[in-house]
Amino acid sequence: MVSLMRRRKKTPADLEVVQTTVVPVTAAVEQVEIPAEDPFHTYLVTMGAPVEIKELELASPTLQRLRELGVEVVIPLVGQGELLGALYLGGRLSDQPYSTDDRKLLGNLASQVAPAMQVAQLVREQQIEAKERERIQQELQVAALIQHTLLPKELPQRTGWSVDAFYRPARSVGGDFYDFIDLHDGRLGVTIGDVTDKGVPAALVMATCRSMLRAAASRHDAPGAVLADVNDTLVDEIPPAMFVTCLYAIIDTRSGEMTIANAGHNLPYIRTDDGVVELRATGMPLGLMTDMPYEERTYRFEDGDIMVLTSDGITEAHDPAGEMYGFSRLMGRVASQVAEGDVVGSLVADVEKHTGPNAEQEDDITLVVVKRTASAEEAAGVFETGVSSGKTVLTAFSVASEEGNERIAIDKVVEAVTVLGLSLVQLERLKTAVGETVMNAIEHGNQFREDLDVAVEVATSDEGVVVSVTDHGGDRAIAQTEAPDIEAKLAGEQSPRGWGLFLIEQMVDELNTSTGDGLHTVELVMNREGGR
Amino acid sequence: MPGTEFGATVDKDGVDTVIHMHGDVNRSAQDGLATASIEAKGGPGRLLFDFVDVDYINSTGIALIVGVLAQARASGREVGAFGLTDHYRELFQITRLSDFMTIYDNQNAATAAGK
Repeated sequence: MVSLMRRRKKTPADLEVVQTTVVPVTAAVEQVEIPAEDPFHTYLVTMGAPVEIKELELASPTLQRLRELGVEVVIPLVGQGELLGALYLGGRLSDQPYSTDDRKLLGNLASQVAPAMQVAQLVREQQIEAKERERIQQELQVAALIQHTLLPKELPQRTGWSVDAFYRPARSVGGDFYDFIDLHDGRLGVTIGDVTDKGVPAALVMATCRSMLRAAASRHDAPGAVLADVNDTLVDEIPPAMFVTCLYAIIDTRSGEMTIANAGHNLPYIRTDDGVVELRATGMPLGLMTDMPYEERTYRFEDGDIMVLTSDGITEAHDPAGEMYGFSRLMGRVASQVAEGDVVGSLVADVEKHTGPNAEQEDDITLVVVKRTASAEEAAGVFETGVSSGKTVLTAFSVASEEGNERIAIDKVVEAVTVLGLSLVQLERLKTAVGETVMNAIEHGNQFREDLDVAVEVATSDEGVVVSVTDHGGDRAIAQTEAPDIEAKLAGEQSPRGWGLFLIEQMVDELNTSTGDGLHTVELVMNREGGR
Repeated sequence: MPGTEFGATVDKDGVDTVIHMHGDVNRSAQDGLATASIEAKGGPGRLLFDFVDVDYINSTGIALIVGVLAQARASGREVGAFGLTDHYRELFQITRLSDFMTIYDNQNAATAAGK
């Protein structure tokens, strides 16, 4: 009788029978396992060859059991010092003892079976790991989709005010969110929040909290009452050990008056002519316990004041040495760097400078910036309901103007758009378009100058993916190339080169260019569905 | 330079001459491809480009292919290619390179077509 047993792991419970042939001494032998702590286990591993157990002297319960079941020879299947299984042989049908040739044959068989079993086991383990990775990836895509769907598609537009927002998910997708709520009488509700935990659970809580905030905002005029209402409702809905930090501000866009309440979120910083104001209002995070009070604070915006709301993905971003970006650094940057121009861009760039060029983002990064651009008198009585074309920025980065760096840009763009579920065809087209555009920016726009970077921003809009590539060639006319004609090129009548712009145009649904302030920007738009 | 370094070998032992390429077909491929095309000139039969181990081709790479194609056509030599991904097949169609070189799925198909 031959009984082949396979051991997947070192635990005896994992032993299992995979094959039985020849005349069984008894079916019970199939169930005999060789525990790792049994001396017979060690003996078999050490021998690594057929063992006649009749005369073997070992204090082994397993050995005794095998003898009782009529087993005469045990052939260990050993791979890389591990007992993978064993062949159990009873007496020969001819009642003759096993010959040297028999043992040699069985030994050879075992030596071939053991590695095959090991390979099969590895393949199975890899398949299980691959399925697990796929499941996690799908979950992350679902979480990202939920967040992307619920974040505002448009930025509010108010005369005398400028509003900007930035959201970039971490690879594991946290629970950051922000929202703008159109209230009556020219008031604008602004929320920013962060759900503890990551992935689908955080995304679902974020979606729930956002809906509750909107509903409560329609019932209450005071932000403290809004947060208290949401908190009381959320306590019963939120999973254990989860909570939400959230800041809610109501801005009267006519008077410039703002009232905030804060449920444990990062404090807002307001840059004024006299320095940075930290607007402190206390309150417990949402979802922990009912009947919590939420303190309110008010502030009156003056012309030029800028309010910066952040998530902890910014303040808790670490540099390579492990130092956090921190509140004091953020406050300092708000004071020194955001007076003019692209506030969001300058802050994100500063955080990226802190973390280093190749650092993986640890947590979602969210920024909301509200600036008063006109006096109360100018803005008074004017309330526009129009909206600008909004977009959610997935990533923004820059590459040095060195040959080949378009590959870095391609990789980063691909990483950023993974959550959007583009088809393979669209993804490949986008890769080519981005590569060619960045290559043009490096070569023509920045003329390979080491001191000039190429800036790349990847965003989603209602239409689809928008990739903007900016170089410093805005004041310099870019040489127009002839439309590529393959026949002319093959005949030597046209340079073999000059395919770049042609390829870009063919790869994307829309190609926009703009110049200004010495910069040249190419915007690549790939529609979400259908594509080219 | 980021990416995969280009390399090429020329196989002249068969019915056709095959330039086996690997790595990125971009500006970095200029010297390697030029050397390979010179070596391929004296080879038998058609000139076949093997793209099996190529996963990146940019506009400069296309220009390099156009240059080698132009030389081969000038000497009356038929040119083909195999191993292109679906995306690069599309690029070869858009640029009309595929009007002047036959695109095969793989080397077996290319070889069979030459018999």
